[in-house]
Amino acid sequence: MKVTKTAALQQLPSKMATGIQGFDELSHGGLTLNRTSLLLGGPGSGKTVFALQTLINAARRRDEPGIFVAFEETTRQIIANAACFNWGLPALARNKLFFLEAHLSPEVVQSGAFDLSGMLAMLKAKKQEMGARWIVFDGIDVLLTLLQNPIAEMREIYRIRDWLADNEMNAIVTAKIEDGISETVNYGFMQFMMDCVIRLSRRLEHGVSLHRIQITKYRGSDFVAGEYPVSFGSSGMEVGAPEPSEIKHTASTERISAGFERLDTMLGGGLFRGSSTLITGVPGTSKTTLAGKFAEAACRRGERTLFVSFDEGAEPIMRNLASVGIQFKPHVKSGLLRMYSARTESIGAEDHLIKLKALIREHRPRCLVIDPLSAIAKAGGLVAARAVANRIIYMAKDEKVTVMITAISEGDDPQTEATELQISTVADTWIHLSYIVRSGERNRALTIIKSRGTWHSNQVRELVLSEAGPMLADVYTAGGEVLMGTLRWEKEVEESARKTQRRADVDHKQRELQFVEADTRARIKALELDLQRQRAELASYSRDNEARTLSSSEREHELCKMRSADPERRAGLTPANAKPKGGNGSGHSGNGKKARKEVRDAP
Amino acid sequence: MRRKKTPIKSPASAVMPALVMRLYVVNNAPNSLLAIANLAAICKEFLHDNFKLEIVDVLAEPLRALADGILVTPSLAKLSPSPAANIVGNLSDKSGVMRALGIRG
Repeated sequence: MKVTKTAALQQLPSKMATGIQGFDELSHGGLTLNRTSLLLGGPGSGKTVFALQTLINAARRRDEPGIFVAFEETTRQIIANAACFNWGLPALARNKLFFLEAHLSPEVVQSGAFDLSGMLAMLKAKKQEMGARWIVFDGIDVLLTLLQNPIAEMREIYRIRDWLADNEMNAIVTAKIEDGISETVNYGFMQFMMDCVIRLSRRLEHGVSLHRIQITKYRGSDFVAGEYPVSFGSSGMEVGAPEPSEIKHTASTERISAGFERLDTMLGGGLFRGSSTLITGVPGTSKTTLAGKFAEAACRRGERTLFVSFDEGAEPIMRNLASVGIQFKPHVKSGLLRMYSARTESIGAEDHLIKLKALIREHRPRCLVIDPLSAIAKAGGLVAARAVANRIIYMAKDEKVTVMITAISEGDDPQTEATELQISTVADTWIHLSYIVRSGERNRALTIIKSRGTWHSNQVRELVLSEAGPMLADVYTAGGEVLMGTLRWEKEVEESARKTQRRADVDHKQRELQFVEADTRARIKALELDLQRQRAELASYSRDNEARTLSSSEREHELCKMRSADPERRAGLTPANAKPKGGNGSGHSGNGKKARKEVRDAP
Repeated sequence: MRRKKTPIKSPASAVMPALVMRLYVVNNAPNSLLAIANLAAICKEFLHDNFKLEIVDVLAEPLRALADGILVTPSLAKLSPSPAANIVGNLSDKSGVMRALGIRG
């Protein structure tokens, strides 16, 4: 059923884009050139808008004139109804469009059978006059019921088809069907004849009106089967185009700030560009603040940012964020930041998706905040909301937009919180905010539950809000728990006191050691001095002794001299010390030997 | 309603005609041929040539018919006397046509 878009366009070059956002994707290019498409739908399902918008787009964008044959409404009504869209219809109606008011007034008397050959002849003339390329038969069922004859109805339908084929126009025929019932009976043959059949429907789900579109048949063309949501915005009808079933997102390794440094550190360096982050938490855990910080950081980097709020208006958000030091005003003023707030009670989830798509197209943001996405589940059913939530994330990825989504969780347990929208599996990073109540205090705690493709901190951190913005407090643990609030503050004070004490202790010890060192040095000095003294003493003592020895031998000599003792004997007794006196020094040794011999011989 | 001067078929009548009509047809279309025949029969039977009928072939003058607000064919417009009336169809319902045209039978 599906081929890629480009392939479809190559195969079928003869398609005319309707210009209806999303429908051209659904139909792989629009409506087939010079063929007839049938729009079926209940009252108020948007048939006229679809047809008129296609006509107007052709006239405005490709300068192709068109004819609008209105079987149901008057031209005045149509123009008045179209005034709520920014189509500039009155001006176009004068130049490029022709409206044929083709409803028979109630005063007209019907008598017998009639046919459309006259009208078709008139339309042909008009077509040739204005060079029309498009024609719409809006509400053909109204005309056909006047025929009061199924065979005649079929005959006229064939007549129209043949006329269209002859005149080579792109045609749209709309017909009203009551939901589900008579349509196969009444217009079954019409569906056989037409090349393309589009079903529009409107139904109520949980009190919310949901519009849908479905291509049920497209001769000679691929198309995306299935029902798709339709919404009506200022530019007219938009179709929630189908997403490609294959996920083809590029993975960036560029890191961008999640808002502030400590959070980036916890995330292993920040968020990956183009990734999606989910912030969950019960009300009041400052999800918006965190998302706001992210948006502000993006704006400071000069990146276009879109901030979507589903629970508050832009003004209160800016005021509230300003109280924690997050300034949006300058960025809004410069046009970098676009604020969009919407209620979620009355609109289906898919309308929000379409609106978001339009906003992304318009603003081209690089960063997107949706706060809180869980609000879209308020209206239109949870199943739809889940699908939309996933599609929003995928859409952001397709557009390479870094998205931060907040979701309100019912409980503080991250496991249960995840189930509401079931987006936690799609999100790349999941930050959970909770309250931790301990010692009579309620403190905000931040946990990173997951972050794909990157290291991240596993620690529960306290989130502190101040005028300077959100901040993660220093980590103090006690008994295996991260301390928060007053406990942390006490611990901080205690810690700093202990630090001071420790510093004093160290100083003291240092001084003590210095003293001991000095003491030891002093003692070494004293001992050295003592040693010197002792050495000196020893030296002086030995000198004395020598002197004394010398003087005693000299004295002996003197004495000998004085006593005139026998010098020979003296010489013989002290041969080594005896110093020969007088002139016979040269013959001393010889004499000595002789003398010693003499001494030995003598006794 | 503006152009009344080129009657295709205008039975001779010196006085002001009792009925002025214009019939829009598509040449040779079965319903149109039927309408012409049906109207002619009524006129012959009840008006005795005291009427004025213009037959406009939409194929020949489509833009005129468009300007006149014609949608389907055949379509009969009673122009005078007032009130004006419009009848669509092959005029096979004789009494209905007569009532709409204000002809008493």
